[in-house]
Amino acid sequence: MARIRAFENAAEEASRGGVAAFGASVSDAAFQPEVRGPLHLSTGQEGVAAGVCLNLATEDLITSTHRGHGHTLAKGASMERMMCELFGRATGFNGGKGGSMHIADFSVGMLGANGVVAAGMPIAVGAAHAIRIRHENRIVACFFGDGAVNRGPFLEALNWAKVFALPVLFVCEDNRWSATTATEAMTAGDGPLARAAAIGVPGLQVDGNDALAVHASSRVLIGKIRGGEGPQFLHAVTYRFKGHVSVDPAAYRDGEEVDRALQNDPLAALEPQVGAEALSIRNEAGAEVKRALAAAAAAPWPESAGAYTDIQHTGDGQWR
Amino acid sequence: MSYAEAGCEAVRAALRTDPRVVVLGEDVGRGGIFQQYKGLQREFGATRVIDTPISESTIMGAAVGMALAGLKPVVEMRVVDFALCAMDEIVNQGAKARYMLGGQARAPIVARMPIGLWRGSAAQHSQSLEAWFAHVPGLVVVAPATPQDNYSLLAAAMACGDPVVYMEHKELWALQGDVSSQRLPLGKARVVQEGSDATLVTWSRSVHTALEAAAGHSVEVIDLRTLWPWDRDTVLASAAKTGRVLVAHEAVQAAGFGAEIAATVAEELGVRVKRLGGPRIPVGYSRPLEDEARVSSQAIMAALKQLLS
Repeated sequence: MARIRAFENAAEEASRGGVAAFGASVSDAAFQPEVRGPLHLSTGQEGVAAGVCLNLATEDLITSTHRGHGHTLAKGASMERMMCELFGRATGFNGGKGGSMHIADFSVGMLGANGVVAAGMPIAVGAAHAIRIRHENRIVACFFGDGAVNRGPFLEALNWAKVFALPVLFVCEDNRWSATTATEAMTAGDGPLARAAAIGVPGLQVDGNDALAVHASSRVLIGKIRGGEGPQFLHAVTYRFKGHVSVDPAAYRDGEEVDRALQNDPLAALEPQVGAEALSIRNEAGAEVKRALAAAAAAPWPESAGAYTDIQHTGDGQWR
Repeated sequence: MSYAEAGCEAVRAALRTDPRVVVLGEDVGRGGIFQQYKGLQREFGATRVIDTPISESTIMGAAVGMALAGLKPVVEMRVVDFALCAMDEIVNQGAKARYMLGGQARAPIVARMPIGLWRGSAAQHSQSLEAWFAHVPGLVVVAPATPQDNYSLLAAAMACGDPVVYMEHKELWALQGDVSSQRLPLGKARVVQEGSDATLVTWSRSVHTALEAAAGHSVEVIDLRTLWPWDRDTVLASAAKTGRVLVAHEAVQAAGFGAEIAATVAEELGVRVKRLGGPRIPVGYSRPLEDEARVSSQAIMAALKQLLS
């Protein structure tokens, strides 16, 4: 969690003056921050990524969201190569082709962040279906946000997983905000867990800012999945510390709500329980992120010719 | 006034004058992610400027239903890439409603879906898919290049009575220009620069790139403004005058709308034609990769030279 926090803080810093959304001026085209694309930070949500992924083995798979740095790190991906990707460098996981929104590291079973809300859900279900067809023992953890429960693929993916009794843990990482809109105001019924229950996918709700509780709850659910009980659902309630993207000051949120949330910092809550080691963990994370920043800044840019590779085998890279 | 503000003002004027106009989409209550709805919910209330769940298919499907029941919805899709989550509702439902239902109803929907490259937005937030929609009978397709046109064409789109795919370009939001309440028809191109050696047809962000390339040359630059209906008369008259036509656009060249214009000009007049669009590659995140997807003024100039040689 300390590594995720350190990464998010550094990425945020490196993106300052980047994509100027939310009505800010886009006139200063000459200024190029190190991280220039849209950056969705998971600051404050680290407990969900860490708590769930600690129960996964390297061969298990995950799908993620546009807010996916934490999931990627927690699944065991290299911080340095992720920073390189955010910097758009050839040494990044995607060779600079994807950036923050499309981070993937197949070597640790991270099948991809995603630029489209809920799009990872059918993909996770398909991966789990492949596992079933190939008689493998691994499982899939599917991370998605609270906004995703109002898109059609949510229903279709849960139904599919249940019908085929697939080994999927659905993790609704509920940070309360759908971009700039309060999710609660836009969501009918009794919440994600009730929707899952209606499809026959059982689950648990947990305080997503209590990393140990997330770990314990997901451990129970993953045990059921590995035991052949089919898909399970974890509703982890947390809070998005930052705006929708790094340049969004999120002034549309109630100040008191934000203050309360900042008091309920999952990292600060965990550190006393870790004890004396917490400081050294934090220092190590700080040193690691510094190395990652230095490596990314020094890394080579992708060759322009790379724009024409890895598109398709038949007719790859043709202009016309 | 900026291009984004001009779009906002056009919607504001329509909300003021026509009680049937409503706005619906994600985050519109906070002005939309590009502030192209700034202040509208405060002025007109949340029942007319409607915040929605992240439910693209139902945003668009509901707009079809609203339209069939007498409203004139302005739909926010964030970026054209996300409109792909609502393709059935746009293509099979909205676009077909008038014809398929025997003319009993029309679907006066304006679906705003910004296109184009925009500073590291990568493969799922950078596409220019205007040709997809121009291919579908029943849809009007508009791609304004200036603040004035964004005001006037959005006003025309909301008034036209048929479903309109309205494509603003993300790199133009901050572009400044004088904006009046000038009325413009849909389907009428603008001759931006007169010339006699060649005709350069373009639209959206590429109009500005084309003007850089054509500066100092006797090249007639035409901003098409509307892809469907497109202004054949203006293009053909210019082509007949110059005898050479280049079509340049940011969208992928292969099967792009430039092919339609080039083919039409060749069929009608038999003059020399050339197309220039983006390479058939997904848009990369990293600067050097993104730049490969960009149709630069140098590339347009090179294509013009080839055409004139």
